[in-house]
Amino acid sequence: MSKNNGEYLIIRNDNKYEVIIGLEVHAQVLSKSKLFSTSSTKFGSEPNTQVSLVDAAFPGMLPVINEHCIKQAVKTGIGLKANINKRSIFDRKNYFYADLPQGYQISQYKNPIVGEGSIILDMPNGEKNIGIERLHLEQDAGKSIHDIDPQNTLVDLNRSGVALMEIVSKPDLRSLDEVNAYIKKLRSIMRYLGTCDGNMQEGSLRADVNVSVRKKGDKKLGTRCEIKNVNSIKFMQMAIDFEANRQVDVIEEGGFIDQETRLFDTKKNETRSMRSKEDAHDYRYFPDPDLLPLELNDNYIDQIKKDIPELPDEKKKRFIEKFKLSPYEANILVSDIEISKYFEEVSKNSDVKLATNWITGELFALLNEKNIEITESPISSKNLSELINLIKDGTISGKIAKSVFEIMKDGDKDPISIVEEKGLKQQSDPKELENLINKVITENPKNVEAYKSGKDKLFGFFVGQVMKNSNGKANPKLVNEILKKKLS
Amino acid sequence: MSNIIDLKLVELVDKIKKKELSSTEVTIAFIERSKKSKKLNAYISENYENAIKKAKIFDQKPDFKKKLPGIPIAVKDLFCTKNIRTTAGSKILENFVPTYESTVTQNILDEGGIIIGKLNCDEFAMGSSNETSYFGNVQNPVSENLVPGGSSGGSSSALAAKLTPATIGTDTGGSIRQPASFTGTVGLKPTYGSCSRYGIVAFASSLDQAGPMTHDVKDCSLMLEIISNYDTKDSTSVEFKRENYLNNLNDNIKGKKIGIPKEYRVDGMPKEIDELWEKGIKIIRENGGQIVEISLPNTNYALPTYYIVAPAEASSNLSRYDGVKYGFRSKGENLIDMYEKTRSEGFGDEVKRRIMIGTYVLSSGYYDAYYLKAQKVRRLIKNDFDEAYKKVDAILTPSTPSSAFKIGEKLNDPVSMYLNDIFTVPINLAGLPAISIPAGHDKKGYPLGLQVIGKAFDEQSILNIAFALEKNISFKNNITDWWIK
Amino acid sequence: MTIDLKTVKHISKLSRISIDDNKAKKLGKDLNSIFSFIEKLNELDTKNTEPLTSIAETTLKLRKDEIKSENIREDILKNSPDKNKDFFVVPKVIE
Repeated sequence: MSKNNGEYLIIRNDNKYEVIIGLEVHAQVLSKSKLFSTSSTKFGSEPNTQVSLVDAAFPGMLPVINEHCIKQAVKTGIGLKANINKRSIFDRKNYFYADLPQGYQISQYKNPIVGEGSIILDMPNGEKNIGIERLHLEQDAGKSIHDIDPQNTLVDLNRSGVALMEIVSKPDLRSLDEVNAYIKKLRSIMRYLGTCDGNMQEGSLRADVNVSVRKKGDKKLGTRCEIKNVNSIKFMQMAIDFEANRQVDVIEEGGFIDQETRLFDTKKNETRSMRSKEDAHDYRYFPDPDLLPLELNDNYIDQIKKDIPELPDEKKKRFIEKFKLSPYEANILVSDIEISKYFEEVSKNSDVKLATNWITGELFALLNEKNIEITESPISSKNLSELINLIKDGTISGKIAKSVFEIMKDGDKDPISIVEEKGLKQQSDPKELENLINKVITENPKNVEAYKSGKDKLFGFFVGQVMKNSNGKANPKLVNEILKKKLS
Repeated sequence: MSNIIDLKLVELVDKIKKKELSSTEVTIAFIERSKKSKKLNAYISENYENAIKKAKIFDQKPDFKKKLPGIPIAVKDLFCTKNIRTTAGSKILENFVPTYESTVTQNILDEGGIIIGKLNCDEFAMGSSNETSYFGNVQNPVSENLVPGGSSGGSSSALAAKLTPATIGTDTGGSIRQPASFTGTVGLKPTYGSCSRYGIVAFASSLDQAGPMTHDVKDCSLMLEIISNYDTKDSTSVEFKRENYLNNLNDNIKGKKIGIPKEYRVDGMPKEIDELWEKGIKIIRENGGQIVEISLPNTNYALPTYYIVAPAEASSNLSRYDGVKYGFRSKGENLIDMYEKTRSEGFGDEVKRRIMIGTYVLSSGYYDAYYLKAQKVRRLIKNDFDEAYKKVDAILTPSTPSSAFKIGEKLNDPVSMYLNDIFTVPINLAGLPAISIPAGHDKKGYPLGLQVIGKAFDEQSILNIAFALEKNISFKNNITDWWIK
Repeated sequence: MTIDLKTVKHISKLSRISIDDNKAKKLGKDLNSIFSFIEKLNELDTKNTEPLTSIAETTLKLRKDEIKSENIREDILKNSPDKNKDFFVVPKVIE
C-alpha cells in the first residue's frame, strides 16, 4: 500500500491499482419490539427468552409488521436525502440455516422502502459525496454458537426477527479513510435521527464489504468479492487491505478474480472463500404471501419530514456561521449527536470560543483517559458552562480553572462552591495587589536594581514571586500592570 | 325422538338450549359412534375423555347464549389446537403438540364448542383423495374403498358418517368443496381474508382458507358465522361487515342473475354431471332467478397456474420443518446432512414432489418463466371473474368433473389427480367464496355436487342461492353403516 | 422442455431433501409430466399484465411497537427433538 497525495493505491511491478469499495451496512432499527412479532429486542438477555412463537416459526404463525420500524426506515431515508418509495414489497429470501427458523428471511428485494440517496464525507482534501443505492427493511437471524459444546451447535433465537435496515452504498469509496469516515458519518446521522444506536460492540451495526481492484485509469470495474459480516471499522479496514492486496496478487500472476463471498478471519487477519456450494446462493426470492405491499402516502412522509431534527451537515453549517467556529472545530462538535448536544448546552450560557476549547481540549482528554462517552461525563454541561463563566468574568484565571476542573472530575461539584470553599477566587483588588507587590520589591532590592539597569527578563521573576505569595490567586493581568508602574 | 347423531347441527343446538338434550349426552353419542367407526380411519387424534369432561363442566353451568352450547366437534388436523397433537397428516409433525390455539378453533371454543378429535387429511393438505396422509387412507362412508376426497377427507368422511355434527376444513384448491361433493355434504370456502389463517398449518398462503363442512346450508351458515372474524394476528385478514348468516338465510332468489360459464363444459365430463347442472339451472329459473350465459376465458389456465403458485409458496412454507424446533428429526453427521435426511424421511412423496416443483419454479433463471408468468395469469383469471360479476350476482357450476373414485385409482398419475380440482381451483386463485352442495347421484349411486360461486365477501348470497337449490333438490344421502357391521 | 437427472438432484439439494437415483428418476418423470401440463401457460400473452401478488382486498395493517410476548422459553423448546435448558441443539455446522 502506498499513499500518493492521499490516494489509496496498491503498487506491484510498477502497476498502480485503485481499490473500489462498496458497503452494505446492516443497522439494527431502534424499536422496542421486533419487526414482525411482539417480542423484545433488548440486548444481552438469557438465551431464547425473547422468542415468540412467530420468531421460532411455529406452524401457522404469521408476521404482522411493526409500524415504528417502517417510520424509522423512512426517517433514515430522509436523513440520507433519499427517495422514499411509496410502494414497497416484502420478499422471502429462502435458505436453510440453524439460526433461521422459518427457512427464509423476510427482506425486501426488488422494491425496497428507500431508493437512491447520498452521504457527504468531510475528507482532508475536501468534501466527497458517496452515493446510496437503497435502504431496505429485513429480519435479523438468530445466533449459532459453535464454541460451547464440542459436538454440537447451539441456537439462540433472541435476535431472530429483530428489524434491520440494510443500507447499500454505491461503489464510491476509494480508501480505508473513506470507509472510516463513511461508517462514522452514517452512524452519526442515524444517531441524530434516533433510528439506530450504532453500537458496534452489541452488533447494532455490521457490514458486508464489497471489494474490487482495477488498474488506475481503467474505466471498467473489476470483479468484486463480498466479505461477509464485519463488525468493526478496524476489521473492515484490515479486511479490505488484505482482500485488495490478494486480488492484485492474483491479477499480477495472470489470474482472474472469482465473484464470491468471503469471510474475514480476525485472528489470522485474512479473508477466505466460504467455499459454499454453487447452489447456496439461489435464494429463490418471491413476494411474501403472508404480507401485503406496503403503501405509504405523501401525508405520512411529510409528517415524518417535519419531525426530522437538525442533522450533522446542517448543524455544522450553523455552527460555522453563527458561532464563527472553524470547519475543523465544527466537524468535531457535530460528529456525534451527544457531543453536539453537550456543546450546545454549554455554549448556550457561556462563551462559545471558550466552550469549544474546553470541550475539545480538557473534556475530551478526560473522556479519553477514562474511556467513556460524553453522556457518561463526570462533568455536567451546566457545571462546565459555570466554570467558563468564572474564567470569562475574571473570577478565576485559566490556570486556576484547570485545578478546579481537576476537582470537578471526581464527582460533579459545581465550580462556584469549589472556588469559594478552597478560596481560589482571583485577587483583583488593586490595593491588596499593591501590598503584595510592594513586599516583593522591598524583599528583593538587588533584583530591582538589576532590572532597572536593563535586565528586562527579571520582570517575570517579580510576577512569579507575586503569584507565589498569592497562592496563584492574584489576577495576572492586574499584577502585570501594577508591577510595570512600580518598577518604572 | 330421533337419534342424536341423526340431528343437524342447528337442531342439536336448539335441543340443548331447550334442555331436551345435555351436552354430555350429545358428546357421548358422537364419541360412541366414532369409536365404532375406526374402519373409516377418519381420526388422527382422539380427544374423547377430555371432551366428555368438558361436556360435563358445560352441563353443570350451561351458557345457552353461546352459538355452539356444548356441541362436540371434530376438526381437520391442520388447525393447531392447544395441548392436542397436531400433525397436518405428516410424519414430520407426528409428535407435535402446540402450546397455542388457531383463531378459527378458538372461535369454536369461545362459542361453547368442544373439540372431540383431529381429523385425517392429506399430508399438509396436498392431495385430492386423502391418500397422501402419513396416517393412512380414509374410507368414504358412501361405499367401501372409495376415496372421501381431499385434502379434508377425514372431515368429509367423519361428517357424512355422523361422527361429528359439523366440521371445519381448509381449502387451497378445492379441499373443502371436492370432499363435500364426494360425500354428499355441504362445504363452503369463504372469501380469502374472511377466516383467519393464524394457527393453521400453512400450505399455500395466498390461497388457503378455512371453511365449514356441514349436513345442510343452515348448519353451514351457522358455522361460518362462528369461524369468520377479523384477526389482527393475520395480516391478510380483511375487516368487513360479517353478516348473521343464519338469521339472514333466505331462499328467495327472485331476480338474482346467475352466470353459467361456458368454459366449464369440459370434454369428457360424465353425462350425469351435465344433467345435474341442467337440473340446477332449471331450479334457478323456476324460482325466479335469471340465467345468464357468461365467459371465463382463462379457465383452462387455472390449473397450470395453480400448480406453479401453490407449490412455490408451499416449498417456502415447508422450509420450517427442518428438525430443529419441533417435529421429527433424523440423525445426521452434520447440520446439512441432518436437514436432508429429516426432510427426506419426514415428508411423503406428494409433499416432496410439490416442494421440488416449487423450488424449481422459483429458482434462478426460471422465476420469470414460471412464477412471474403464473402471477400474471392469476390476474387474468381474477379479471375474468370481475368482468363476469358486472353482469351476474353469482355463478353456478358443477363442483367436480367426476364423482368419487376408488382408493389407489389415480395414485400413480399426478396430473389426472390434479385435474380433479379443475372447477374449484379458479375460485381460490381469484380469492372468491364458493359453496358446494349435494345435488344428485351418478349411476353408481355416488354423490355429486353443484358449486355456487359468489362475489368477494358476499357469502350471504351464495348461502341463499344454495338454500333455494337445496330445498328444491331434496338430496338424500344413502349411507348404510357398512363399516360398523 | 425436459428436466434431467442433474436438475432433479440440484433441486433436491436446494430443497434439502436427500434423494437416491431411483427416486430421482421416478421424480424426474413425474416432474416432466407436470411441467408439460404447466407449459400451457406459454400460449398466453402476458406482456402487459401486472402480476398479482396478493389477492387479499385490503392494505397492509400495521402493529404498534409494543412488547406483548413474554419469556416462553419452555414452550418454545418443549417440542424440540434435541435441546438443553437454554438452547436448541443441532449437529455441528460444517462450513
